[in-house]
Amino acid sequence: MTAQARTQDAAAAVAEPELSAQSELQGRFDDLIGADERIEPRDWMPEAYRKTLVRQIAQHAHSEIIGMQPEGNWITRAPSLRRKAILLAKVQDEAGHGLYLYAAAETLGVDRADLLDALHTGRQKYSSIFNYPTLTWADIGAIGWLVDGAAIINQIPLQRCSYGPYARAMVRICKEESFHQRQGFELLHDLAHGTPEQHAMAQDALDRWWWPSLMMFGPPDAESAHSAQSMAWRIKRHSNDELRQRFVDISVPQAEALGLRIPDPDLRWNEERGHHDFGVIDWTEFQEVLAGNGPCNRQRVASRVQAHEDGEWVREAALAYAAKHSDKGVAAA
Amino acid sequence: MTATTEASTGSASPASVAQYALQLGDDALILSHRLSEWCAHSPELEEDVALANLALDLLGQARTLLTYAGSLEGAGRSEDDLAFLRTEREFRNALLVEQPNGDFAVTIARQLYFATYQSELYAALCDSTDPELAALAAKAVKEVAYHRDHAVQWTLRLGDGTAESHRRMQAGLEQLWPYTAELFFLDPVATELVQQGIAVDPRTLRPAWEASVAGVIEAATLTVPADGWQPRGGRAGKHGEGFGLLLGEMQALHRQYPGASW
Amino acid sequence: MSTGLPLWEVFIRGRRGLSHQHVGSVHASDAEMALRNARDLYTRRGEGVSIWVVPAASVCASSPDEKEPFFDPAGDKVYRHPTFYRVPDGVKNL
Repeated sequence: MTAQARTQDAAAAVAEPELSAQSELQGRFDDLIGADERIEPRDWMPEAYRKTLVRQIAQHAHSEIIGMQPEGNWITRAPSLRRKAILLAKVQDEAGHGLYLYAAAETLGVDRADLLDALHTGRQKYSSIFNYPTLTWADIGAIGWLVDGAAIINQIPLQRCSYGPYARAMVRICKEESFHQRQGFELLHDLAHGTPEQHAMAQDALDRWWWPSLMMFGPPDAESAHSAQSMAWRIKRHSNDELRQRFVDISVPQAEALGLRIPDPDLRWNEERGHHDFGVIDWTEFQEVLAGNGPCNRQRVASRVQAHEDGEWVREAALAYAAKHSDKGVAAA
Repeated sequence: MTATTEASTGSASPASVAQYALQLGDDALILSHRLSEWCAHSPELEEDVALANLALDLLGQARTLLTYAGSLEGAGRSEDDLAFLRTEREFRNALLVEQPNGDFAVTIARQLYFATYQSELYAALCDSTDPELAALAAKAVKEVAYHRDHAVQWTLRLGDGTAESHRRMQAGLEQLWPYTAELFFLDPVATELVQQGIAVDPRTLRPAWEASVAGVIEAATLTVPADGWQPRGGRAGKHGEGFGLLLGEMQALHRQYPGASW
Repeated sequence: MSTGLPLWEVFIRGRRGLSHQHVGSVHASDAEMALRNARDLYTRRGEGVSIWVVPAASVCASSPDEKEPFFDPAGDKVYRHPTFYRVPDGVKNL
């Protein structure tokens, strides 16, 4: 019913054509990628390319939606009305960004309802960072500064991703997100320069969020399952380790400006490399959280499922109303 | 509005205007709080965005009004002092806005009643002899027109949707109807200000409100609830038991660190 | 199983003088709700003065296989572009 035309397109596009036609299509696709042109929804594309994109865009969308929870946790308790307005607008943006991304995924012939179902049943993942709890108000600052900071570093190259709808969604998201990181930095800066208790709260947040933020860039290049192919397809433009290094280099002087200490005894400037060296990441923790055993995995998904199930009668009502008043509704069904 | 030629803010006591601004500001602040509780829990992702928009508009109105109330008081209280450091008995919001969200139908009923009231109120308040209130009203009247439209659209869909949604919407309307009477009650604070053309006489808003709300309810194949019990007290700081919990949550962090800035 | 609402394509006129441009899509039960959802989602920062929503299923699109017959013929009609024409030096406002 939804995305009907698109599903047919996608089905037509992925139907196995004759072998010679197949190689001609593949050739045209490769030429477009080679010329750094965008692939658009109705173009022929290899099934593996389509699947990779659906997986990545859906995971990205799920992350935005689940990411609303840890920050939403503090909206009703924000300590000033100004901060409350900022946080509410930011969490609202995340819902919006999730929607932009689901819309991009739907151009690949999948339905949002199916993607949400995959999220609800654990068949698709979201960023592991959101399985950590926001224990104090300073965590709102740490998420803005570090988590959004890491996300921006990941997202900037995605604006040039080979798949048009994804790239365009990222342009919009990057533009809107510029305030997210700044508000987090400002929030932490005020805490770090506030009372001793506030400073301690800020340091504690940095201590807890630093390492999970580094893990946001994914496993080391040597162990990254999808990296090489994604780079060849120009879905991805930089390796995980490259982006992680960029994040560390950018964050160190920012932490100094905040007057906070990054919790890594091995962190130091390496003159020879022109980069900061940093300590070894505990990938077992990452794997544990990924496997569903982080502090909040269960509650995040349960809360999302609850909202969805509680809304079922509302969505049914809206559809029933549309059917009764079909002059205003959709003809397709 | 009963503005007369001799009306002027000069003769009104700033404390009364401050109290009036607090009433309006507290209504907006507390309803914004309730709406923000929906964030990440609404029936559809699009609705999360929509409800956050409403909450943000109301929060903006609250900030303007509380800041204005603080400046009129002349005791140096900021918007945050007023929001985070008053007790239950000092809040002046109507009981309707503090009512818990309930299911989506209850929230929509609350929105329909209150946004329609605010639409009438702010339209009239645009002519206030108090320039600050008139300016606030001129901006807010556009915002609440959208809030009302949002509530109308959903009332129609829930009322004329499925049997279940019809039942829930009617129940939501019934549950909150009693609390609407307070909105139109002329309290002592407003009485003085109405004469000076500063405040709106809420009694004058009722006919248009009733016609508007009844029109929507009937179009949605629902029934306008009958008048009966009419609880009151919010304007005098007598709230429901749940209100203390709401404030406890809203104020906890701010109160935990006295004197800190954020 | 969940109830999915229909998909709508959203077009926004950024400001007066510009045509509507495709910006993305929303889900909604009907056109009225789709318009409101599009307003809330795509114009949070004042990006538009007018919105169109179209049921996604109603969009007829050229198929990629038709790309060449559809679009290539325009490619050689250079006389449709002003730069095709020679203008003597010194002639202005043309």
